[in-house]
Amino acid sequence: MYAFNYKKAASLSEAKTLFASGDDPLLMAGGQTLIPTLKQRLASPSDVIDISKLAELKGIEVSGDGVVIGAGQVHASVQNSAEVKEAIPALSALAGEIGDPAVRHRGTLGGSIANSDPTADYPAACLALGATIHTETRTIEADDFFTDLFETALEEGEIVTKVSFPVPDKAAYVKFPNPASRYAIVGVFVAQKGGKVRVAVTGAGSKVFRVAAMETALESNFSADAIGEIAVPSGDLNSDLHASADYRAHLITVMAKRAVAACG
Amino acid sequence: MASSSSSNVTGIGAPVRRKEDHRFITGKGRYTDDINQPGQTWGSFVRSPHAHAGIKSIDKSAALAVPGVVAVLDGKDLAADEIGGLICGWMIHSKDGSEMKAGAHPALALDTVRYVGDHVAIVIAETQGAAKDGAEAVVVDYDGRPAVIDLATAQKAAPVHEVSNDNTVYDWELGLKAETEAAFEKAAHIVSIDITNNRLVPNAMEPRAAIGCFDEGTGNYTLYTTSQNPHVARLILSAFIGIAPEHKLRVVAPDVGGGFGSKIFVYAEETVCVWAAKKVGRPVKWTCDRSEAFLSDCHGRDHISHAELAVSEDGKFLGLRVKTLANLGAYLSTFSSSVPTYLYGTLLSGQYAIPAIYVEVDGIYTHTAPVDAYRGAGRPEAAYLVERLVDRAAHQLGRDPAELRKQNFVREFPYETPVIMTYDIGDFDASLDRAMEMIDYKGFDARRAEAATRGKLRGIGISTYIEACGIAPSKAVGSLGAGVGLWESAEVRVNPTGSVEVLTGSHSHGQGHETTFAQVVSDKFGIPIEDVEIVHGDTDKVQFGMGTYGSRSGAVGMSALANACDKVTVKAKRIAAHLLEVPVDEVTLTDGVFAAVSTNETLAFGEVSLAAYMAHNLPEDGMEPGLAEKAFYDPENFTFPAGCHICEVEIDPETGVTRIANFVAVDDFGTVINPMIVEGQVHGGLAQGIGQALLEEGIYDKDSGQLITGSYMDYTMPRADDLPTYQVDMTITKCPSNPLGIKGCGEAGAIGSPPAVINAVAHAIGNDDIAMPATPQRVWRSLQESA
Ligand SMILES: Cc1cc2nc3c(=O)[nH]c(=O)nc-3n(C[C@H](O)[C@H](O)[C@H](O)COP(=O)(O)OP(=O)(O)OC[C@H]3O[C@@H](n4cnc5c(N)ncnc54)[C@H](O)[C@@H]3O)c2cc1C
Repeated sequence: MYAFNYKKAASLSEAKTLFASGDDPLLMAGGQTLIPTLKQRLASPSDVIDISKLAELKGIEVSGDGVVIGAGQVHASVQNSAEVKEAIPALSALAGEIGDPAVRHRGTLGGSIANSDPTADYPAACLALGATIHTETRTIEADDFFTDLFETALEEGEIVTKVSFPVPDKAAYVKFPNPASRYAIVGVFVAQKGGKVRVAVTGAGSKVFRVAAMETALESNFSADAIGEIAVPSGDLNSDLHASADYRAHLITVMAKRAVAACG
Repeated sequence: MASSSSSNVTGIGAPVRRKEDHRFITGKGRYTDDINQPGQTWGSFVRSPHAHAGIKSIDKSAALAVPGVVAVLDGKDLAADEIGGLICGWMIHSKDGSEMKAGAHPALALDTVRYVGDHVAIVIAETQGAAKDGAEAVVVDYDGRPAVIDLATAQKAAPVHEVSNDNTVYDWELGLKAETEAAFEKAAHIVSIDITNNRLVPNAMEPRAAIGCFDEGTGNYTLYTTSQNPHVARLILSAFIGIAPEHKLRVVAPDVGGGFGSKIFVYAEETVCVWAAKKVGRPVKWTCDRSEAFLSDCHGRDHISHAELAVSEDGKFLGLRVKTLANLGAYLSTFSSSVPTYLYGTLLSGQYAIPAIYVEVDGIYTHTAPVDAYRGAGRPEAAYLVERLVDRAAHQLGRDPAELRKQNFVREFPYETPVIMTYDIGDFDASLDRAMEMIDYKGFDARRAEAATRGKLRGIGISTYIEACGIAPSKAVGSLGAGVGLWESAEVRVNPTGSVEVLTGSHSHGQGHETTFAQVVSDKFGIPIEDVEIVHGDTDKVQFGMGTYGSRSGAVGMSALANACDKVTVKAKRIAAHLLEVPVDEVTLTDGVFAAVSTNETLAFGEVSLAAYMAHNLPEDGMEPGLAEKAFYDPENFTFPAGCHICEVEIDPETGVTRIANFVAVDDFGTVINPMIVEGQVHGGLAQGIGQALLEEGIYDKDSGQLITGSYMDYTMPRADDLPTYQVDMTITKCPSNPLGIKGCGEAGAIGSPPAVINAVAHAIGNDDIAMPATPQRVWRSLQESA
């Protein structure tokens, strides 16, 4: 770790001010991605601005058709929230599959999506549920939020405050974890709402993406069989030690079928 | 040996809770990194980013300018002080009688780096952070060169060391060449297999660490280090590397958080820290981080082999021939040369009577981290090869794998194998029968059919392994090239109040010696283990000893302890007889009480020890005061733990994921001192064996030589949910060659389990070419190919 100034923000506006005054500042929420990066000396911020305690980023609110989760909510709080479990069980189940208990008690929703890690779980939920990402200045649709590998639509220093997830009629997330890291090699989130179906895939490409062919097929016949023959071309998929692109392509279909089946 | 008193609840055989655990689980352990010295500095190593490069120049100036940096030392500084290189302590000879070709291994590279992570310089600073900043600021001008990574083709590649132009350290052979060829001539069936034993990264929970200290006043050095064998480290550092005379160097290995072999060796880092301490006039501390550990700890295994089994018409094994390439990495680590030779080739007979065996092993240099002993060291490689081959033979001959094994078991002991081992005792049928009963072997077909209804492929795999522990008779290993004797020492000091201190040359780094060694004393004297303190890991306290590896602490270390206890008992009984005024052969020692049979008079253990130290009234024959005895125990033979592991797996054909449905381990470890600790050792060994079979693999990029699996993001350490609930049992035949009848249990789990798992996977998917680790991707691909 390189030396840096640690600054704890007491409010959203103070976080903004601290960020603006730093030479090369970074925001830190749960630190579950940032701290390993710092420890490996892969980042050398001048200032680390801790936003983990900001009241503005806290809270879980469930209304008739939406679940709004503060960006500062740790994964365990989403996993264990009775309201989320009731409204979007697939979302709380997803949170429960992130990392291990220690990670889930520090890592946050905001940190997870701001990072746009191609193997992270939450991005699949955001995209499949058609979530809206709120920042201190604007709202961004999930479809526009994840722009590339570790890239999002966020401006420098822009802070995610909350995410609103429309409540689907049915949804399920099925993850094939990397045997070593337990991040997703392939994670497929399927959601159906009012005849519309969204299928989002994480882990397999440079960023989370939707599979239009599966969505169309499922809109006319919401059953695992409907997508059994639909394969995502392996050309653009990730290939690594744990899974070649063709294996990933195969797993997308398998996980998608299992997600549809799990929707009941 | 039966407990000397049946009422002794802490003696041999008692499942006593580990005395050390309270300290460990409440964070009160004292590991090397917990120790700090006044005036201490921190070291950080500059490591090679290249697998192979020349060092054109090293520019230290920017590093020296980093605030807090005290010194930057490199290979030239080390050479200027005439500090020798690291050594390999076991001489292996090639077929033509020539000595193995050991390339120089300087503790800091001089002109060439030979693997990613090779040590180039140390930066010493006021803080760990400043040392790391300094290490980054050292500018090394490298001249990158092509790297030799692929084991299979390394012998045709450019040399890693000038001493060997074909990258062959030795071409070693063992066994009966002509007889083996003849056996193959008359064989009805020849079964062959090509097999890879994957490279493993040890991953002890505590990373390595060292603190070097130098006392100007006395001229004495002290090294705190994560070692499994502090005396051996001291011997090597003084006699071979030349840091300091042996009596001026103290090596302390305090609490050590796991070793699995990787902390046997003398590494560059501790060598440099202790040398640098004098140079900078302050203690130098270094603690490895996990990424550094992946690169720089010695790795394990990494063989490719071709093996053939000659079998008669009716299934008798006639001969075995094996050719193995063993990757030894870029330099020969401390005991690396012995692992794929005498710790491997000698076990290739397995549990079977095979009249003719011939094995050839080429030790190979590559531009990868050195490879040395890792839990099992050679024996897992042997067991994997033999047990996979035997399973394939059963398949090829259409025989039941259990039946074919039984047909070929050794049943008469002692049994001399064609690969120089003499199996002293065993009952291989007993462990196989028990394991088959526990797993309900007969019911397998029904379970397989039921699994099929759920879309799962179920398979069952057997492994009947044997290994050799208690390393080892000094004379025998000396004749095979070992640079050390492999006896063990113990001193038993009875205090005046009757409590006991044991000084053992064995070293506990998780095994529970503070409990089990105390149990031996408790058993011998009939005193509670609370009255016994085990002292180990400090060359200033303990007499020379050989340390802990090769599951030797029970069979060798406890034998020394038992003998020392017996000497104490002899003297104590003489004192008791004198005080009780009866002949000495009338005195008994039970439950800590000396009794005279004829008079019914008794003396407590502490009364006799007090008398020994008061010395007011000792026997008139000139007996010396005090009650302390020492023993050096040199075994007559290796010990031969053996057993049967049976694994049942279920595979999801859609994803290739393997789940272990059931795992049975039935082992014969001889006498068991503490069944709970032994079971724990079995569990840990199985986790590592299953890890090797399904999850773990150290992979270098074939071109760049970068370690691809250099963190837990890519290197799959087994986790609790990867592992089943084991069913463990024991069948016991006591080792006839040592006083307590112990064989050893520390490695068996890692030795017996990989073939059981892979045989089960092969059975499930109907393809026995599947390689370790049987990852989901590999299994899926194998299913695709056979579909
Ligand atoms: C061992 C381990 C296992 C893991 N396994 C998984 C897994 O299986 N699946 C998975 O999805 N994730 C996994 N993670 C990642 C984990 O979910 C992290 O919590 C998450 O990726 C980052 O959240 P954080 O709050 O810790 O963010 P931090 O690490 O604090 O920050 C990460 C990045 O996001 C930025 N950031 C944080 N909050 C905001 C905000 N509100 N607005 C704008 N930018 C912000 C920071 O500036 C930083 O650049 C794992 C992490 C670890 C350590």
